[in-house]
Amino acid sequence: MNSIKSYLASSLLVFVLLIIWEIGAGIYNKSFILPSPTDILQKLWELKTILLFEHLPATLLIIVVGLLISIIVGIGLAVWMNMSKIAEKTFYPLIIASQTIPTIALAPIFVVWFGYSIWSKVFVTFLITFFPLTVSTFDGLRSSNKNIKELLLTMGASKKDIFFKLDVPSALPAIFSGLKVAVTVSVIGAAIGEWLGAEAGLGYFSRRMMTQMDGAAIFAPIVLLSIVGILLFSLVSWLEKICLKWRKE
Amino acid sequence: MNKIALEFKDVTFHYKNSEIPILDGIDLQIDEGEFISIIGPSGSGKSTIFRLITGLEDPFKGSILLNGEPVTNRLGAVGYMPQQDLLMPWRTVLDNAILPLEIKGIKKEIAQAQVKELLDDFGLKGQENVLPSNLSGGMRQRVSFLRTILSGSNILLLDEPFSALDAITRLTMQEWLIEQWMKRKKTILFITHDVDEALFLSDRIFVLQQKPHTFIQEVKIPLGRPRTLRDVSKSEIVTLKETLIDQLRSKVSI
Repeated sequence: MNSIKSYLASSLLVFVLLIIWEIGAGIYNKSFILPSPTDILQKLWELKTILLFEHLPATLLIIVVGLLISIIVGIGLAVWMNMSKIAEKTFYPLIIASQTIPTIALAPIFVVWFGYSIWSKVFVTFLITFFPLTVSTFDGLRSSNKNIKELLLTMGASKKDIFFKLDVPSALPAIFSGLKVAVTVSVIGAAIGEWLGAEAGLGYFSRRMMTQMDGAAIFAPIVLLSIVGILLFSLVSWLEKICLKWRKE
Repeated sequence: MNKIALEFKDVTFHYKNSEIPILDGIDLQIDEGEFISIIGPSGSGKSTIFRLITGLEDPFKGSILLNGEPVTNRLGAVGYMPQQDLLMPWRTVLDNAILPLEIKGIKKEIAQAQVKELLDDFGLKGQENVLPSNLSGGMRQRVSFLRTILSGSNILLLDEPFSALDAITRLTMQEWLIEQWMKRKKTILFITHDVDEALFLSDRIFVLQQKPHTFIQEVKIPLGRPRTLRDVSKSEIVTLKETLIDQLRSKVSI
């Protein structure tokens, strides 16, 4: 009941905006440039088979593979930096600096390297998601209570004990925050990757429709993309709730 | 002749980042089953003594003997109860208490069974699956003390465990602590700011004054056991208290 209430205001705003859009598009009356929300829904329904069974799976595969690599590399790197001062000094500045490189502008070179295979898009997704994950995991690991660490030491704890019994549980909230950001931007990464070089995927489909000046068909896959983003976010939130039951609301 | 639980032999110590020693050739002996309080103004080195005993720090010179043996790696050898309860917020009462057993490599089920037997004594029966955030301050300290007991050591170091509690809870906890101490026959070192607390609880008080400490002044409390709060208002104890306070006050510069 409460969750419905808490989304009421934002849902209402979206609804109002959609109505304004609908009316505006009706007045403008050039649906290949500005399709109305109902045009888009209609298009989505028309294209449902090809979008859901051909392009959505292609994009999902990129997102999932990209995220998995990102989680493994990002968390691995954060753990390594937490264990070794040299690793921290070597990688941390580079990770921060890497964010000043416009990843998206680099995407064409990945197409040159990896061709139209899934890996050029996975690479873009990885690059865009691994930063929030690495930094938040690293900060989370470092945030563990130093006094509890000393207490564990007085109990004769090993490095491994301290890592698994203190550092990891302390880092979990931060890891989940990073993961929430990562899954949201992973959708963007995958779509951008697909614009540049793909044979299937929601991003690819959207761009192909651009060349055909079909406004509604450009928007339809985007609706699906944002639904994917919202679902992924909800999945992470749900996992977070289960893993972090001890945290008070 | 009592057995000696803890002994400092000519212990000298200074932190790495400073040249000024905190302890300079300190000798002290604590008998098995004694209750010792350490009082002294902030920054007088009370916690340093605990860090040395627990093994978080090593003496620069001299040796520390536990139960008659010089022990170089003391980590894990004594039970330490920190000032804040330092319970892990993600662990229940039961899982917090078993930590020292877990670290010793004892199986979780066996450890939990061992803790469950003690819950009643610690006033925690029925609370085993509660998270620390849902406990009162007094209860959290009892979980923390339970965890210290489960270190299995005969020597317990308690670092101002009751300083964050309100006055009434503190009194109850002091009485309860004495009860547990007598029952479990542990040797306790107890840091406190509170002269009344020290007088009520201890057999002897170590008074820390100006650094560096070249010796540690000892005060024997002329009271038997069991004690009641009324004993602390006896005239000789009140005189003792006044002397102690005067001594401590002269060391505090404002």
